Amino acid sequence: PLLALRVVNLLQERNLLPLGPVTPPTPCLPQDLQKINCHPEVFRSTLTSIPQTQSLLNKAKLPLGLLLHPFKDLSQLPVVTSSTIVRCRSCRTYINPFVTFLDQRRWKCNLCYRVNDVPEEFMYNPVSRSYGEPHKRPEVQNATLEFIAPSEYMLRPPQPAVYLIVLDVSHNAVETGYLDVVCQSLLENINALPGDSRTKIGFITFDSTIHFYNLQEGLSQPQMLIVSDIEDIFLPTPDSLLVNLNECKELVQDLLRSLPQMFGKTMETQCALGPALQAAFKLLSATGGRVSVFQTQLPSLGVGALKSREDPNQRASAKDIQHLSPATDFYKKLALDCSGQQVAVDLFLLSSQYCDLASLGCISRYSAGSVYYYPSYHQQHNPAGVECFQKDLKRYLTRKIGFEAVMRIRCSKGLSIHTFHGNFFVRSTDLLSLPNVNPDAGFAVQMSIEENLVDMQSVSFQAALLYTSSKGERRIRVHTMCLPVVNSLSDIFAGADVQAITCLLASMAVDRSVTASLSDARDAMTNASIDSLTSFRTSVLTIQQPGLLAPACLRLFPLYILALLKQKAFRTGTSTRLDDRVFAMCQLKYQPLAYVMLMIHPALYRVDDLTDEGALNVSERTIPQPRVQQLSVEKLSRDGAFLMDAGSVIYLWIGRNCNPNFLTQVLGLPNYAAVPLNMNMLPELDTAESQRTRVFVGWLREQRPFFPILHVIRDESPLKASFLQNMIEDRTESALSYYEFLLHIQQQVSK
Amino acid sequence: MEAAVFILSLVDCCALIFLAVYFIITLSDLECDYINARACCSKLNRWVVPELVGQALATVLMLVSLHWFVFLLNLPVATWNMYRVWKVPMGNMGVFDPTEIHNRGQLKSHMKESMIKLGFHLLCFFIYLYSMILALIND
Repeated sequence: PLLALRVVNLLQERNLLPLGPVTPPTPCLPQDLQKINCHPEVFRSTLTSIPQTQSLLNKAKLPLGLLLHPFKDLSQLPVVTSSTIVRCRSCRTYINPFVTFLDQRRWKCNLCYRVNDVPEEFMYNPVSRSYGEPHKRPEVQNATLEFIAPSEYMLRPPQPAVYLIVLDVSHNAVETGYLDVVCQSLLENINALPGDSRTKIGFITFDSTIHFYNLQEGLSQPQMLIVSDIEDIFLPTPDSLLVNLNECKELVQDLLRSLPQMFGKTMETQCALGPALQAAFKLLSATGGRVSVFQTQLPSLGVGALKSREDPNQRASAKDIQHLSPATDFYKKLALDCSGQQVAVDLFLLSSQYCDLASLGCISRYSAGSVYYYPSYHQQHNPAGVECFQKDLKRYLTRKIGFEAVMRIRCSKGLSIHTFHGNFFVRSTDLLSLPNVNPDAGFAVQMSIEENLVDMQSVSFQAALLYTSSKGERRIRVHTMCLPVVNSLSDIFAGADVQAITCLLASMAVDRSVTASLSDARDAMTNASIDSLTSFRTSVLTIQQPGLLAPACLRLFPLYILALLKQKAFRTGTSTRLDDRVFAMCQLKYQPLAYVMLMIHPALYRVDDLTDEGALNVSERTIPQPRVQQLSVEKLSRDGAFLMDAGSVIYLWIGRNCNPNFLTQVLGLPNYAAVPLNMNMLPELDTAESQRTRVFVGWLREQRPFFPILHVIRDESPLKASFLQNMIEDRTESALSYYEFLLHIQQQVSK
Repeated sequence: MEAAVFILSLVDCCALIFLAVYFIITLSDLECDYINARACCSKLNRWVVPELVGQALATVLMLVSLHWFVFLLNLPVATWNMYRVWKVPMGNMGVFDPTEIHNRGQLKSHMKESMIKLGFHLLCFFIYLYSMILALIND
């Protein structure tokens, strides 16, 4: 804590970035509690020391909220099968490591402080085969664990895994060549789809009419049924449109092999997405499940048809951006219908023109689906995009999935949650309805302090996710986090988590841009940094010094705010396509914290002089750990090569006078002039430098569930502009440099 | 003539009181989880325009019968109702949107709004009653 409050003059200290990744602050709890506290990758708070009163929180001018990644893929997850799941009688909190045992037989809930009895079965510990030590049971030793839920937790028998693939087969779509990739990927991964013997699968294709496929066992080949009445869509046959995967596997494989050819010569240009979605809903409403929609153009026919709202002349507008909110409530209504029947819709948008993602995205946002966006997807013109799509599709089809889920986030008495961010439907005051839950979704909530937290040393938060696994088991994943309560402003600042604050502000800014205006959101973000630094200066600093003073834990705050202002979602004055902007906004709200931070502030490394010094040793590989550099062209040296990791894309910039050793040993090219304009792969050469570079890039890629494309950039590369746009510390025609931004803040703070 | 105007306004005001009470009951049902957000919002959205018409009718009646003070009293509420309907973004399902009612503390603000309207309509009720009795006596 003392180190966190070390005063930094931002105007003087230039090297603020740590050598490696930014680590989250550790809450000031006693050692034994902190050891079992929830891992920050799963559950994180913007302030690791909770203020005692709302007025104290208001004085700090920092947002209070939680960021969670509850369904993250975990390497170690204790699973408890118990006949009784011990919960508090009044608030229904699950027993967790932070309860207090009054004696052997009674425990006090850490959220509502009610005293409960310990049930007889709980006194016996199956792990250590001992009696009389309830506090040694796994439920009380682990902050993250999973229960197998008994039948009281089921509204209906657990549903099987049901997958429906909805494909756009208009001329435009077939021309991009995505159909080959999707069918090929499904064929390859058909045995890896999560599920059991009851798994069902179905297909719908659409252009100006809707096509269903009868895959009944016993047919010699799949039978296509066309419904052309799109005003009043109906299912042509009552069953066998959704079939058991194991029983009808050959038919499904036949269909996947023949689909690309079936529509290879189509001349249909219209697209009836709305009716197709209605058909999908009708098909799945009895069981629930997942719908994967692949769309390549603006829906033009039937209900839910959209008009092109984007004005290309307004892309570089320095003032407000219009049309960030949906144009129609059709997709939202349908998403709510789907949510009610436990159907989630995932949207894959592969188009080169405006598709009104602001309206289409609603179908995924409220049904707990995810949105994937591949602008300018084309099999010939954009081969790197094709590889990205293939890898993302593989992950999408094979990753863990939970069905008919609900999540509830509880907090200690005195705190209350008022706003939720993420893809779900808020069904009641704190119950989130998630028809599908996947390991790549992140959520955020904002809290307020309703009653003063007097006499409390610490408060706890619990997120409980009840879901049906793909094997039909009902499970509850519980995460519990405990944080200390403080009542001085300096302690609050000492516990501030700058990355969590930035992510929460980004979600709040997205909401503000849609409900009010983009310029409002931008002003609010700038004011957040000004207000918090002013508060620090007036209330915490004892000696007034000149310059812009910030506590060490918040030293990166103005940098991150500037990065957000220059982010595709919020920038003005630079030409940004509306769909790109809306997708960036969706990603800011949907992605878990680690990837949002990479999106906002990419990591820049120098890679032409990689050494094994300070390298990580992971499973017999030596992974070099180069130092993270500041995002400024000042740091780009002409005789070096630099790698920028921006989350979903990786840029490798080669300097004009780059070390020829690097060019030959890593890129396999004789000189700079030979570097092609579109290079996306590092050749596998037998040199130590090539090995190191490839291991490093591979390590970066492994850590995330989506596949970042590698782009090699040289002076005339078409992507050079996107690479330079990430240099947030530099001045551009429409935005301030980092130093100028600091001066602006200092001016406002000193007023 | 006077009496007729006030009798009409009184009846209109009664209807608005019942409507405000209906809104409050439905919203508190939602708070206690007796109904779900979609049902609640569709019920309430149905009555937004009738409430608007009722309030506008009362305002116009007062204007036409040249009772300036009461007209000016009713005008802010009528304009607020119209503004509320006009401000709904295109992607929303009406003034009460089920995706936003639990998010962003909208439930509390709608409840407060309905309570204030109830208090206002009760005040108006007594004003119209008094004026009607006065008008009937003077006739």
